[in-house]
Amino acid sequence: MSATGANVAAPRAAAPSAAAPSAAAYFDVDGTLVGTNLLHPLVMYLANQGTPTRSLLSLGRAVLQAPILALAELQDRRRFNELLFAHFRGISEDRVVLLAQEIFEDVVQPRIFPGAPDLVDQCRAAGMRTVLVTGSLDVTVWPLARHLGCDDVIANRLEYAHRKATGKLRQPIVAGPEKAGLIVADARAHGHDLAACHAFSDSYSDVPMLSVVGHPAVIAPDRRLATLAQAYRWPVLDIQRPSREGRRRPEASTP
Amino acid sequence: MSDHPCVVTIDHKSRPRVLFHGTRLIEVDLPVGTKVIYPKRPMKGLPDPRAAVRYALSHPLGSDPLFARLRPGMKLTIAVDDLSMPLPQMKGPDVRSMVVDEVLTLLDEYGVDDVEIIIATAFHRPMSESEIRHVVGEKAFRRYWPDRLYNHDAEKPGGLVSLGRTEEGIEVELNRRAAESDLVVYVNLTFVPMNGGHKSMGTGLVGYRTLRGHHTPAAVRSSGSYMEPARSELSRRMDQVGRLIESKVEVFHVETTVNNRMFDKPLDFLAKNEDELSDLEQKAMSVLLRTLDTLPESARQAIFEKVPAPYELIGVQAGACEPVHEAILEKVHQQLAVPVQGQFDVVIYPVPYISPYNVGATLNPLLVSVMVEGYLHNLHRGAPLLKPGGTLIALHPCSDRFDKDQHPAYVEFFHKLLPRTRDAMELHKLYEADYARHPSYIQLYRTGRAYHPAHPFYMWYWGENGRQHRGRVIVVGADNEYVPSILGYETARTMAEALRMVREQTPEPSIACFRICPLLMVDVTPDAAPPALVEEA
Repeated sequence: MSATGANVAAPRAAAPSAAAPSAAAYFDVDGTLVGTNLLHPLVMYLANQGTPTRSLLSLGRAVLQAPILALAELQDRRRFNELLFAHFRGISEDRVVLLAQEIFEDVVQPRIFPGAPDLVDQCRAAGMRTVLVTGSLDVTVWPLARHLGCDDVIANRLEYAHRKATGKLRQPIVAGPEKAGLIVADARAHGHDLAACHAFSDSYSDVPMLSVVGHPAVIAPDRRLATLAQAYRWPVLDIQRPSREGRRRPEASTP
Repeated sequence: MSDHPCVVTIDHKSRPRVLFHGTRLIEVDLPVGTKVIYPKRPMKGLPDPRAAVRYALSHPLGSDPLFARLRPGMKLTIAVDDLSMPLPQMKGPDVRSMVVDEVLTLLDEYGVDDVEIIIATAFHRPMSESEIRHVVGEKAFRRYWPDRLYNHDAEKPGGLVSLGRTEEGIEVELNRRAAESDLVVYVNLTFVPMNGGHKSMGTGLVGYRTLRGHHTPAAVRSSGSYMEPARSELSRRMDQVGRLIESKVEVFHVETTVNNRMFDKPLDFLAKNEDELSDLEQKAMSVLLRTLDTLPESARQAIFEKVPAPYELIGVQAGACEPVHEAILEKVHQQLAVPVQGQFDVVIYPVPYISPYNVGATLNPLLVSVMVEGYLHNLHRGAPLLKPGGTLIALHPCSDRFDKDQHPAYVEFFHKLLPRTRDAMELHKLYEADYARHPSYIQLYRTGRAYHPAHPFYMWYWGENGRQHRGRVIVVGADNEYVPSILGYETARTMAEALRMVREQTPEPSIACFRICPLLMVDVTPDAAPPALVEEA
């Protein structure tokens, strides 16, 4: 368990030591490194219930709740997470874990942005610890972390009772402003200098997370974040598509 | 001793001088007695440049002819200087494309198929598709782009090969393709004396571990002028690197240079002494000044930048690095060097819209300082034009504008690091290594259009010998106070005000105006030192 506390499911312990990296790179995941959102894994889970009837019922409930979810996302990220993860109520822990790898292979991996592995590699080459910070579930994020070679994950975790999900998240919930506090705690626990740390996100809701580090950068930002990035002259990265023009060595030629 | 014809002394009848002030031209009345140093007239271009290239390839210096070094099945790499020189971009065909054409023709004749062309960008921004097309020519572009014609990537994992260390410990890492080639043909354009020679391979195709060995504030501080190789510590270190590379990799150099015909008709009067303008040219000048005043910044930049310069080839040599470079430098000096007697209390630098580091972008404040204390100050041989502790007067608006695509790391360097310290040694020690590995900026260097994050550091170091030599810098016509103040400069609204500030310290200053553009440099013979007092026994 990481020293940052309960929401980090990683087994990689990290007490501060003389050899610890002096900085970390914190990555938001959905929309930043991967073209997915929180709904993608949920749909996969709901579509893979024990029986077709249960799957249909679960999906139907989710569809009916979609407008409320959309409203919540606009107004309160925390409320959005609560509503979203309530759909997991009753799913067995075994199934959640079992489906995680499948979700990564079928849903997440094909949507990893082409430049994401390079960016993570670059942070590692600069001697930084690399950490994914996301509102997704820890079990679904770890396969991505392993794929990209990240060191740690700060993610949401389901609460279980009698090995069944209760539909609630364990505290602290990872969302919006809370990410900033979790990053500060993580940096403190690992002996990082926040001024030397980097953070990456695509969303205005992550401004607090971007603001606590010395080196924020935005990736394919939404409109409000793009405006802010321009004002503060934060680097704006495009890792979503290989671009021929201007690349050092272009991708294979097109016919 | 009478002055060279390019050195004009201002008298009571002299007209105002027309000087660059960023993308504007302004008329400035200079005090009587001011020496205005003009560029030499352009030398005549070679009548048949392609024939001259062919001759150089088959009559090289210190090497067998290129054809004699070719064999079927060999792996050959052509490295080409990027578009940072000449300024502005030259009218097609670019001399580099002529060389590339002729080399490719030979390669075809000798059955050399394994060929790649690399633009030797080092830490510069990658050249765009259209820029590469201009530099290598249509034929090479069609045949090799994009798989076998590309920009050097100093950050590509596994893209560099270690060749060892120089005798003074500089690590040398070279572009893998070049290092693994049987022969590298380096096609160079030497526009100023710091270009070419061992700098080509020793900078253009290497990575950070090598660049940090010579691009240091200490090396620049120890250089009398980095435009004079014999007095340049920077050159000495690059030579070391280049020699190590050439002990491991076969290199055939093709070095070219062009004249200084920067302006084509109808703007060629800009190169002339204002007192010698015809009535028609005077009218054209005043129309141009008024037009520029009414246009927005971007349109002014476009007027100058989009009109390519009619530079002409005046020298091409091929073969071994050192004899080739020596022969080309002689041509460069012939074209650029204006002899000047004595040093001056005040040197006026009109700062134009261009530098080697902002092709297609605005000249940001850091680059203004590179021009003033770096490039322009160093364009001398013998001694600086400015007396030690003298005052530099720079003409530029110093707007707080940075190109977001090309210079993202410059912004952080300028607004975050320079306010903490302007000491190049401290910047080098405290921040350079971390910024050189900055993941976001490296991503932008590799996949966008950005300069490497170490580049703004190098730019600050580039001004280090000028910074140590000069006393004050006064900027005339800045549109704000804080940008000059971050650079450690004072400001004055007009030239008269700047000179009043100077006279408070030096009542009767000697003044020189370095009347760039086109390009020039000065050969300064310092005034003889007063005879030493000898005490009688």
